[in-house]
Amino acid sequence: MTAFTATVTVRLKRGVLDPEAETTQRSLERLGFDLNDLRSADVFELDLDADSADDAAERAEEMAERLLANPTIHDYDIEVTEAE
Amino acid sequence: MVTVTIAVIQFGGSNCDRDSVQALSSLDFDAELVWHEDGLPEDVDGVVLPGGFSYGDYLRAGAMAARSPIMAEIREAASEGTPVLGICNGAQIGCESSLTPGAFTTNESARFQCEHVHLRVENADTPWTSQYDEGEVVELPIAHGEGRYEISDDRLDELEAENRVLFKYCDEDGNVSPEANPNGSKHSVAGVTGEDDHIAVMMPHPERATLSDLSRTDGQGVLTGFAE
Repeated sequence: MTAFTATVTVRLKRGVLDPEAETTQRSLERLGFDLNDLRSADVFELDLDADSADDAAERAEEMAERLLANPTIHDYDIEVTEAE
Repeated sequence: MVTVTIAVIQFGGSNCDRDSVQALSSLDFDAELVWHEDGLPEDVDGVVLPGGFSYGDYLRAGAMAARSPIMAEIREAASEGTPVLGICNGAQIGCESSLTPGAFTTNESARFQCEHVHLRVENADTPWTSQYDEGEVVELPIAHGEGRYEISDDRLDELEAENRVLFKYCDEDGNVSPEANPNGSKHSVAGVTGEDDHIAVMMPHPERATLSDLSRTDGQGVLTGFAE
């Protein structure tokens, strides 16, 4: 078994309104920053032991499907690295 | 009269549970509080998923409660015909647990909104709306930060074609418009039914508009759906 960190990033699907991101963008603009768009996402870092990176990714995917993301409004991606 | 027993499910953070029991009791239902860890009693004739902030709305409103073991029991009971009504946080739980389609997410205003709204009855041919006429305007309170109904355009078209939208936000004359949509819900949807119409969720609070000494009683018609 090897220690991995699976990073699950959960984003709203394109086209789904993100009022919090819009509010944050407006706030940055009020501070004088110039930007075209702002998207927010939730990042979950999962430390787990697995036989392989693929195995770790598969388990992280199951967790994303079951709880971390809501398929109605979210897309997600998963990156797996060996833990340091 | 036949006694109709309704289980009002309490999760950690539910806060409309006792209101629901009181409102249901006033309509002569035998309403009982059921702590989620105690499981669903066998003899219940209906289930209310009440409002509140189950599990602090962590992750997403309703996400944690939707995955608690009692929800599997409730899905099974629902599939066997037991009526289930999710109100506010209970609506979020219902969608998170796939009892009903779509999702309730952050209001367009990004704020918690607590106000009275008008709703147009879209389909009066369900247990929850048969006390009303199609097109009738009712007034109920909302109190939510994550009540914006979100679903794919295709799926929403299907739901509308199948008459599964119960209520839409509207103005006092029944006009559905962006101005009369308090939270940015797609197509102004305030409540929908599941695969069968004995399963329903809605963000407005019928139990807060049931007791005549507190307010209007427009919500009574929804709760009497349990007697259908």
